[in-house]
Amino acid sequence: MDKDDYVIEMLHIRKEFPGIVANDDITLQLKRGEIHALLGENGAGKSTLMSVLFGLYTPEKGVIKKNGKEVKIKNPNDATDLGIGMVHQHFMLVDIFTVLDNIILGAEPNKFGFLTKADARKRVMELSEKYNLKVDPDAKIEDITVGMQQRVEILKMLYRDNEVLIFDEPTAVLTPQEIDELMKIMKELAAEGKSILFITHKLNEIKEVADRCSILRKGKYIGTVDVKDATKEELSSLMVGHSVSLKVAKEDAKPTKEILNIKNLCVRSKLHNKDAVHNVSFNVRAGEIVCIAGIDGNGQTELVGGLTGLENISGGQILLDGEDITKKSIRYKNTHGISHVPEDRHKHGLVLDYSLEDNMVLQRYYEPKFSKAGILKRNEIRSYSDRLAQQFDVRSGEGAKTIVRSMSGGNQQKAIVAREMDRDHKLLIAVQPTRGLDVGAIEYIHKAIVNERDQGSAILLVSLELDEVMNLSDRILVMYEGEIVGEVDPKTTTLQELGLYMSGAKRDAGKEA
Amino acid sequence: MEKKASFFRRSGVQTIIASIVCALLGIFVGFLILLAMNPSHAAEGMGAILRNFFKYDQSSTTLMYYFGSTLVKAVPLILCSEAILFAYKAGLFNIGVAGQYTVGLLASLYTAIALGWSWWLCVLAAIAAGALWGFISGFFKAMFNVNEVIAGIMMNWIGLYLTNIVLGSKKVMDQSTSKTYNILSKNPKALLPSFLSDVFGHNQYMTIALPITILVAIIILIVLNKTTFGYELKATGHNRDAATYAGMNATRNVILTLVISGAIAGFAASMFYLTGIEQYTLSSSVPGMGFNGIAVAFLGGLHPIGAIIAGLFIEYLTMGGQYLDTNYFNPQVADLMVAIIIYLCGFVLFFKHLMNKGKAKALTNVNDETNKPDSTTTEDKEV
Repeated sequence: MDKDDYVIEMLHIRKEFPGIVANDDITLQLKRGEIHALLGENGAGKSTLMSVLFGLYTPEKGVIKKNGKEVKIKNPNDATDLGIGMVHQHFMLVDIFTVLDNIILGAEPNKFGFLTKADARKRVMELSEKYNLKVDPDAKIEDITVGMQQRVEILKMLYRDNEVLIFDEPTAVLTPQEIDELMKIMKELAAEGKSILFITHKLNEIKEVADRCSILRKGKYIGTVDVKDATKEELSSLMVGHSVSLKVAKEDAKPTKEILNIKNLCVRSKLHNKDAVHNVSFNVRAGEIVCIAGIDGNGQTELVGGLTGLENISGGQILLDGEDITKKSIRYKNTHGISHVPEDRHKHGLVLDYSLEDNMVLQRYYEPKFSKAGILKRNEIRSYSDRLAQQFDVRSGEGAKTIVRSMSGGNQQKAIVAREMDRDHKLLIAVQPTRGLDVGAIEYIHKAIVNERDQGSAILLVSLELDEVMNLSDRILVMYEGEIVGEVDPKTTTLQELGLYMSGAKRDAGKEA
Repeated sequence: MEKKASFFRRSGVQTIIASIVCALLGIFVGFLILLAMNPSHAAEGMGAILRNFFKYDQSSTTLMYYFGSTLVKAVPLILCSEAILFAYKAGLFNIGVAGQYTVGLLASLYTAIALGWSWWLCVLAAIAAGALWGFISGFFKAMFNVNEVIAGIMMNWIGLYLTNIVLGSKKVMDQSTSKTYNILSKNPKALLPSFLSDVFGHNQYMTIALPITILVAIIILIVLNKTTFGYELKATGHNRDAATYAGMNATRNVILTLVISGAIAGFAASMFYLTGIEQYTLSSSVPGMGFNGIAVAFLGGLHPIGAIIAGLFIEYLTMGGQYLDTNYFNPQVADLMVAIIIYLCGFVLFFKHLMNKGKAKALTNVNDETNKPDSTTTEDKEV
């Protein structure tokens, strides 16, 4: 690699938003054929910087150079013309279009205005073959997995012959297996001469694929390091400004009485004619963290849906602290001891067009604390929201009245976690509670969950992150195709053993289908 | 982090400015049309429309009388736009207001003329009819996810023909004039109690409809912004899944939103027809009141009080057509102008957006020098 062969240079970029300087004098130089990680906490300005490069924002100051020549990028079309492509954190795909239609969208091949898809199909299949990006070109986006959607996004960039590829937190939505595959693909692309900018806050991934890493903190440029010369601990302390412990410190669990008891729970699947959750039975006691591990799509979502009331149960019984709550309403469950950090924060967790304070009381607005005779107590809600935001370090541009849609994903998630932890509960159901969060926030939430446990809460954790499963849980239940296929002790099991259960290669005795 | 927004950056102020710009632009385009039709009398014509009932400034009684008539006719328009904006704030586009208004007028005229009920019973009947029409759309939306616009349009036509059938009968309609009977002659106790009619030049159509309309606007304002009920309806409208997750009864909320919106629309009809100012004639198209209400709601910045002002303005211009000199102009020119303004109302949000863009740029330049960040934005940002 030539030392000064920079394909993209962003020099002294400054971008402001009302009340905040998102990028303050940031310089980023991307060499040809390298994988360059951009590391930073939530709100450090990574996404903003990439949006500047992709033409979504115009910076107030600074220049962008392509191959040493200064360029102006005013909109994504300019970026595309310069060969810059981006895979957004939330995919930009048309759900009801097929994979092929999405890939050619915006660059449709045509003859006299008529689509000529045959050539495009051939080209896409070649690319798909070459980079081992398996997709079904005729499947509709809404029917395929998140991992496959991402491969579609990557193919989209390759189809356009982009040479600079931006990946905005690509692994946040993927299963461990899919992550491994993505890492491989990224390495191949770099070997082909593509230059990759990789936004993340997962240190493992940086160590695995990146050549160099630039670090941002609170909108400022901290530095660029060679990944092979830096340890994970060094990187994380550069990112957060102080050293963090990557292990969760916790004592052994001292479980007491049974809080949740599920007997033979069944939930019908919406996708096929079988049960998504089939005859699942387990219990969670006060003072322990039970984790449901498994590959995405093996019934975890439906299990939690059935438990919380978001989905209808087709059979079985749920006991909460001895009380049969199988047929109770969601509100009854909310007010009688279940807190729920939902899997999809945009779909279930938040009303995005509501302010932060209104979201903080989403289940409690009618309580005497927050309303009287049907009139909301605005002052109470404001001060409650401010307290939670401060306690859980939820950052927002305009405080309690910030519209949640304008907050970063990490801060949205923190707001939900804050709300759910603060509500009275015996059982906390947390589904992917640290999805998309940075190391500092993950550490905070993990500590909070352990603290909850020590205070005597029963905790049901559903996670796809194996590190989180291994670090946090006191017992692990593995779910495979809608059934619990095994229970393991995190102290004695290995990742390999978990993997066997998760892929259906191993089952505990007595849990035979 | 919290700062007070500077005056021009406040959303409310921007809405007002955008609405005024739309109105002025509409008047200007209207003037261009007058100019095209008859250049030599265009200024005079425009003057007549704008001067409106102030033409009678030598007699304050006459002036107030015509002012009163404008108010009376603005009432149903304002109430229809309240119905629209109530549903809109709760995330539903109730285009069925037109039909709900129609069945409201059906119920109020039928109960008044054929059944001989007292005014307040007639009003209740109109509210019930509008609410029922809203319920049907809401039921299909909540249970089967039928788009409320589609259901609303269907219900508009069903409501119109039902009204034609019922009000066309001998009991209600004078077959010789093809108009419904005058309430005053058939059943005077169905007329709304008069209100301040002496102040408005003994205008017998000035009734309690006016103060009630203002009251309704204030109630809607409070319900939407201050109550747990409004909080629930809006949450359901914005994100039904999250409302369900939070334990709200989303199905009930969707239905309730359209029932209330329909009830307001039905009420609007009773507040107009029970003054006796106009009679219903058979029509082959749905009364435009509900549709004009959409434009008024947007011109009023989707604010219950803004709707009152916008409604008065639109009605003022509509009435202005009567003052055009028919030797030079077709009086429908005023309708055309109103149509143009209504058309431009759709641009309120666009103008607002434009203003934000311009301001953001201007402020950025200031920021470079003074480093003082401004404080509101509609842009997506990561914080």
